[in-house]
Amino acid sequence: MLSKRLIVCLDVRAGKVTKGVKFAGNVDLGDPVEMAREYAGSGCDELVFYDITASAEDRAIDLAMVEAVGREVFIPYCVGGGLRHVDDMRAALAAGADKVSINSLAVTNPQIIADGAAAFGNQCIVLGMDVLRVEPSAEIPSGYEVVIRGGRQRMGWDAIEWAKRAEGLGAGEIVLNSIDADGTREGYELTLTRAVAEAVGIPVIASGGAGVPQHLIDVLTIGQADAALVASMVHYGDYTCAGLKQALHDAGVKVRMDWAG
Amino acid sequence: MTERPLQPAILDYGAGNLTSVANACAYLGHPARITRDPAAIAAAPRVIFPGQGAAGPAMAHLRAAGLDTALRAALAAGRPVLGICIAHQLIFEHSAENGGTTCLGLLPGTVARFDFPRAPAAGAARLKVPHMGWNAVHPTRAHPLFAGLRAGREAYFVHSYYPEPADEAVVLARSEYGGHEFVSAVARDNLVAVQFHPEKSGQAGLVMLSNFLTWEP
Repeated sequence: MLSKRLIVCLDVRAGKVTKGVKFAGNVDLGDPVEMAREYAGSGCDELVFYDITASAEDRAIDLAMVEAVGREVFIPYCVGGGLRHVDDMRAALAAGADKVSINSLAVTNPQIIADGAAAFGNQCIVLGMDVLRVEPSAEIPSGYEVVIRGGRQRMGWDAIEWAKRAEGLGAGEIVLNSIDADGTREGYELTLTRAVAEAVGIPVIASGGAGVPQHLIDVLTIGQADAALVASMVHYGDYTCAGLKQALHDAGVKVRMDWAG
Repeated sequence: MTERPLQPAILDYGAGNLTSVANACAYLGHPARITRDPAAIAAAPRVIFPGQGAAGPAMAHLRAAGLDTALRAALAAGRPVLGICIAHQLIFEHSAENGGTTCLGLLPGTVARFDFPRAPAAGAARLKVPHMGWNAVHPTRAHPLFAGLRAGREAYFVHSYYPEPADEAVVLARSEYGGHEFVSAVARDNLVAVQFHPEKSGQAGLVMLSNFLTWEP
């Protein structure tokens, strides 16, 4: 039986894992390779690295980092940020990444999903979705709207419809981030997660809002997500991957527990 | 007489991520050489036959480059060969992928696709294809590849197809997805192949790779 996955997300800026803190700018948390090794060694099932300044600086993803991770980390990892076209995806995959994540680019140019899937296989193409809760309308019947550029631009698209369309184009997975829940530490957006998970036949990775282990349990059961993504929960040392896996296991969620030895 | 190369060879036939396999070999202290040279494959002390992608294009690449012949030569010479993922399928006779693909026929049997109804039974979780993620590997017999690992260790899978060996004796491990049991490793003589990615399966995968890199069948 397939296990539910615990995925750790690392935002990378100028070669360091970073975390945006309100009114304080960005705080460096550590070296991406060292942190990735530690997470992989303590039960994390998969990693996601976002080069968070690549797009703003209009440059390709930091390939040296992608390569450095691959030399020392032997679990799957996905990279995003600074993927402008299929050639950028090819370079990231050749550097050792297993998957590439696209978000705003897929919204402005959906064909990139199909092109990437045709070139590398659906399993390599991860669609990142940022979603905002809105009043249901004729245009957005689910009440969940697709937003891009970190939430600054509303698209007027229904999130459920976009997820289904992206699946049809060839996306292999969806990282579903709730703008409303992100940063609150009050739990994932369970209704949204479940709605998308029921609408598509590809894995859904829940993102945004995790604060305590029960939130992961809830999103993997009630929310029907295939994987739970965490960042600050483990980055600040409040929780370890091993502790989160144990909590999931104890709650009866099927997860990989034999990472050591 | 040319000197026999000492490094394991990683067979490059245009099928996806070879970097990860090379990284894992280097990490384990057995740096390997990625090559598409049939002579280098035929002469290598051991061969890793990795890959991801589809059976049709993979077979076309192998044949066009003469790598199918080189692989047979390495096997006939008794060198250890490890097939990973799509290679675990290509070693059989025929795959259903790409409208039907004639494969290498190193082992008897065929390759089928996971075929689940899109609407699950009431109360059951929907089964997604590809089968992607961590799942338990249950060896059906002892093999040096699994030395030091307890049964049921989880490994990382990404696949939509799986082999159905005609000869039960080649089966090395089984896994289960959605109530459907499938063959997740096979072995015969100096050939061993796994459906999962040992290079992406954390510590358990590294143990298997290390076992292969020191295997003397």
